[in-house]
Amino acid sequence: MDLQTLTYIIVGLTFVLYIGIAIWSKAGSTKEFYVAGGGVHPVVNGMATAADWMSAASFISLAGIVSFVGYDGSVYLMGWTGGYVLLALCMAPYLRKFGKFTVPDFIGDRYYSQAARTVAVVCAIFICFTYIAGQMRGVGVVFSRFLEVDVETGVFIGMFVVFFYAVLGGMKGITYTQVAQYCVMIFAFMVPAVFISIMMTGHIFPQLGFGSQLIDAAGNSSGVYLLDKLDGLSTELGFNQYTSGVKSTIDVFAITAALMVGTAGLPHVIVRFFTVPKVKDARSSAGWALVFIAIMYTTIPALAAFSRVNMIETINGPEQTGVAYDTAPEWIKNWQKTGLITWDDKNDDGKMFYANDARNEMKIDRDIMVLATPEIADLPAWVIALVAAGGMAAALSTSAGLLLVISTSVSHDLLKKNLMPNISDKKELMFARLAAAIGIIIAGWFGINPPGFVAAVVALAFGLAACSLFPAIIMGIFSKTMNKEGAIAGMVSGLTFTVAYIAYFKFINPEMNNADHWLFGISPEGIGIIGMLVNFGVAILVCKVTTKIPNDVVLMVEAIRFPKGAGDAQDH
Amino acid sequence: MAFENDDKAKDYWQENLKLVLILLSVWFFCSYVLGILLVEQLNQFKFMGFELGFWIAQQGAMYVFVALIFVYVHKSNALDKKYNVHED
Repeated sequence: MDLQTLTYIIVGLTFVLYIGIAIWSKAGSTKEFYVAGGGVHPVVNGMATAADWMSAASFISLAGIVSFVGYDGSVYLMGWTGGYVLLALCMAPYLRKFGKFTVPDFIGDRYYSQAARTVAVVCAIFICFTYIAGQMRGVGVVFSRFLEVDVETGVFIGMFVVFFYAVLGGMKGITYTQVAQYCVMIFAFMVPAVFISIMMTGHIFPQLGFGSQLIDAAGNSSGVYLLDKLDGLSTELGFNQYTSGVKSTIDVFAITAALMVGTAGLPHVIVRFFTVPKVKDARSSAGWALVFIAIMYTTIPALAAFSRVNMIETINGPEQTGVAYDTAPEWIKNWQKTGLITWDDKNDDGKMFYANDARNEMKIDRDIMVLATPEIADLPAWVIALVAAGGMAAALSTSAGLLLVISTSVSHDLLKKNLMPNISDKKELMFARLAAAIGIIIAGWFGINPPGFVAAVVALAFGLAACSLFPAIIMGIFSKTMNKEGAIAGMVSGLTFTVAYIAYFKFINPEMNNADHWLFGISPEGIGIIGMLVNFGVAILVCKVTTKIPNDVVLMVEAIRFPKGAGDAQDH
Repeated sequence: MAFENDDKAKDYWQENLKLVLILLSVWFFCSYVLGILLVEQLNQFKFMGFELGFWIAQQGAMYVFVALIFVYVHKSNALDKKYNVHED
């Protein structure tokens, strides 16, 4: 059977599985639609959270990024996992005790203000759309490479599948589908990583192979550590040393912090902790989520190093003299067709050469590193098909989680709590499904006509979450005196500062986007952390000079601080 | 009021804050101090085939994060029991 048929079968089977689960777990009430009826086991919820969180970017791009930048890639590895510590310790249990459906719900009630709720809704919707555009694009890329259909057709198929199970199943359908998607995704990621680790170092666990000596084809140790080899190759070819970075320490610090805090403020992650039965489950659920995420995230840097060495050796040959194009492996030619690898034979010797100086003849897109790994390592066709299904699972699970937040924000926070307070449960559910449908169409449009600034707006999504939602939630839990004036002023000023800074360097004056012009040497990716400090500072100042908060809100804050009495999540 | 009296409520919250702060300082120390600020110095040491600082930034910190959450789960559940504010 050829690769394409095999890919169709494996991807097709996973789609049937997702849709089957959606039909089996169809949501009947708004509570089931929004928070899966509040009855999801913490380990199951942790797995769903992990799938929700690990997007097409994590699956497809992250290992490639780390592979190309080495140590500097640590900002993503630590940033995107460390946020879960903040979530588990400072947010999840309290928000679960609060017992409602959404992040704007909490901000609106805690700050007794529709204005605060509206600011939170706008942030939530914006963050989700930013994210989802990238996911749909990921679906399109996987389809076009592995199934050889147009990117447009790929996006349409992806839209249809997500539409079916998100709109029908709501949170309940999404939760169980995400569990299936996590399994597909992690299996698809680990199989090639384990294979390549055994092949290069003889270790089954990539995490150990990462720090071991390379072996030759006969299985004898070469006496050279993988990372030493990589450092040597990198310096020889004019790259910076793999194990040390080029970013300034303050920038690495700020980006890591912004990503951690941003992670803890992302509405589609937070909302997952509303779905477990007890406060105690919300705590352990965050732990399980991080376990499932860490399985992949500790493998990513190992895979990055393996495929870097492998790729350089395939192109430059073991003697570092270049490999004749005619004898190049098939995967180079396959990816050339997609335009993600290009070869320009500058010295007309018919050989390829990859370097970071005048000798370079190759352009290699870092997004191909994960998708091409099975081919680079010469693994069987079913592994390649599996990776395609894994990439798809990553993109679909995240899209569905985001769509749910968009639809809840519209039907619950905007309509029910703001514009149409007397709406019936059935009608609200209808509006939730309608909003999800419209959300998918907009996301699909972004997938087909990707704005050139997708990468730039992802920084914006984390920056926004870090400077707006995160501080408002933290102060809402840990301060009994923070009032609505303070919270709103804080969110608005944090937002204004961060958006202005990112817009200035990314859109208005991109040519000035370098360390000489940055504030304290912090790049737009990391500025959210300063935005967060601005938010806290302004909120505390404004709070000091305005009215005291009402007594019933003080009682509410006291009540969310301990678990007892959280058993029954409130209906609305 | 789920607590026997206001003092108990205050004590519970103080103990909870102390627990969270201790765990967050470990969190900060492993990721920001060891993985970022002191990474160059730590890279002089070898750990298996890794430079130590690099290993902490790309592997070690993540293991610590997982461990921290489960320590928190365990300790905070015990704290709830001690003050009798756990769920039934």
